[in-house]
Amino acid sequence: MSAKQINTTIRSMTPVGGYLHMIVDAPGVAEVEPGHFAALAVGGPNGATLLRRAFSIHKSTLGETLEFIFAPHGLGTQWLATQRAGDVIDIIAPLGKPFILPKQPISCVIVAGGYGAAPMELLARELRARNCRVDVVLGAATQEKLFGVLDLKGVSDSLIVTTDDGTSGVRGRVTDVLADVITKNNSQAVYACGPMPMLQAVAQVSQENGAFSQCAVEESMACGIGVCMTCVLPIIGDDGVTRMARSCVDGPVFRGDRVRWDDVDTVPSDAFGAPQPGGH
Amino acid sequence: MSVDLSTSLGSLELASPTLTASGCAAAGRELAQFGDVSSLGAVVTKSIMMEPRSGRATPRMAETPSGMLNSIGLQGPGIEAFLEKDLSWLTQNNVTTIVSIAGNNVDEFGELARILAKVPGIAGLEVNISCPNVESRGQVFACNPVSAAQVIETVKSVWHSDAPVLAKLSPDVTDIVEIAHSVVEAGVGGVSMINTLLGMVIDVDKMKPMLGGRTGGLSGPAIRPVAVRAIYQVHAALPNLPILGMGGIRTGHDALEFIAAGASAVSIGTVVFGDPGAPWRIANELGQELQARGYDSLREVIGLAHHN
Repeated sequence: MSAKQINTTIRSMTPVGGYLHMIVDAPGVAEVEPGHFAALAVGGPNGATLLRRAFSIHKSTLGETLEFIFAPHGLGTQWLATQRAGDVIDIIAPLGKPFILPKQPISCVIVAGGYGAAPMELLARELRARNCRVDVVLGAATQEKLFGVLDLKGVSDSLIVTTDDGTSGVRGRVTDVLADVITKNNSQAVYACGPMPMLQAVAQVSQENGAFSQCAVEESMACGIGVCMTCVLPIIGDDGVTRMARSCVDGPVFRGDRVRWDDVDTVPSDAFGAPQPGGH
Repeated sequence: MSVDLSTSLGSLELASPTLTASGCAAAGRELAQFGDVSSLGAVVTKSIMMEPRSGRATPRMAETPSGMLNSIGLQGPGIEAFLEKDLSWLTQNNVTTIVSIAGNNVDEFGELARILAKVPGIAGLEVNISCPNVESRGQVFACNPVSAAQVIETVKSVWHSDAPVLAKLSPDVTDIVEIAHSVVEAGVGGVSMINTLLGMVIDVDKMKPMLGGRTGGLSGPAIRPVAVRAIYQVHAALPNLPILGMGGIRTGHDALEFIAAGASAVSIGTVVFGDPGAPWRIANELGQELQARGYDSLREVIGLAHHN
């Protein structure tokens, strides 16, 4: 897969619940797999925000469009929210390592928090195309922060909603119901996307219940293409050695049991090349 | 007629005047999907150290107006893996490569230069004596004329090659011209300027510095006038000293400012994070800017702002 930088046109910008749904033209962009992301330039060519913003790709039509879901919460996304159909935007896509899909028709759970559900409809379709069972757990702080409930309902065998405040579905967290879902459906694989504390909890519950988890992490990035080294987190490699891996090119999808969740935002002392006493 | 953009840094002839800036393009490979890396003036690699290095804790980055703070802390594979994986790729792909080196002490700089002196295909060395993301300010050799010169003398004593040795200078000094004089006396073939400026952003919700490393290096267009000033001062004092200019170059127009101030070539850094095609785009734009002003070549413009 090779990423392509395109200066392209926004087709539409539509509110969806508490989020915005943006569709852009994507001529020449390679096929998108679930979990791939795109890096968007924000602020215009002479603006003061230089760094790209990473968004998971919600959907794509090969050679035609890319779709994104976002919430205007920072400088970059607030600017993006002011853009309209016909405006020009600079995008690099597809980027990152996507979710690994099973070769066998196994039983899978998709877990997502808030707009972490954006890439999951595509994933659910791919899993079903492989004759996998797909159970979905979607969570959010409150009802208006839920995303993709109806769309995912249409491509899954069951769907449970949780909200922290109980405004929709079960009151509580996704992990309050996940163990039951795994047990009941004999799930072997859990696919997760959402905030880091949720991912950590999902990875733990999955492991405790004998399921293999893959988590799409959210680390702040500057470039999205592997050159800036800002989006690192401690990942245990196949050789058992922890390295500060780049979430943009080594991820954003990692095996849940390979992320040193408690050590995120630190450099563990046993990490490859970690500072030694008296060193840096 | 198209403008002649070829230039040189001392003995090193460059077909294109735009290079990547150290720390902003890894070892070039990631940029290959956005352009022909061998057509760049050169790739200046991320600074290589003797040992593998994890770098600092996250958050490592904070966006600032027209710039960013970074606190990477020289994450890298160490010289052995660099030679095996990164330099071999650069050589195989005919990329003009300037290797940036960083040491914890003077001896490590010497050891890195000694190892690299035996490796064919290196177009130059950039000696990073000015990374701000180290625990001890004493390691910022470029803040002191004596220690800056010690590093360069040590590197030069083992670097028996025509390929130029460039000293990367920090703008965080009282008198950058004094530092430049000092490294020239120690035998550098040129200077790269400027490295980032030490800065800080405070998260007022958590009431603590935003970066894991607390302080970081400020880069991007926000520092561009500082870079132009520093280059202008050094070129005025040392008009024959080749200067590789960097610091917030975003367009060909920006690059032309650096050339007019006295740089012979420019490195494109932070802007690559937002626009990975920038090193190629800026070379094209620079050609257009020169042509629009009636110049036939880049060389005739180097330092021109000193004569008007």
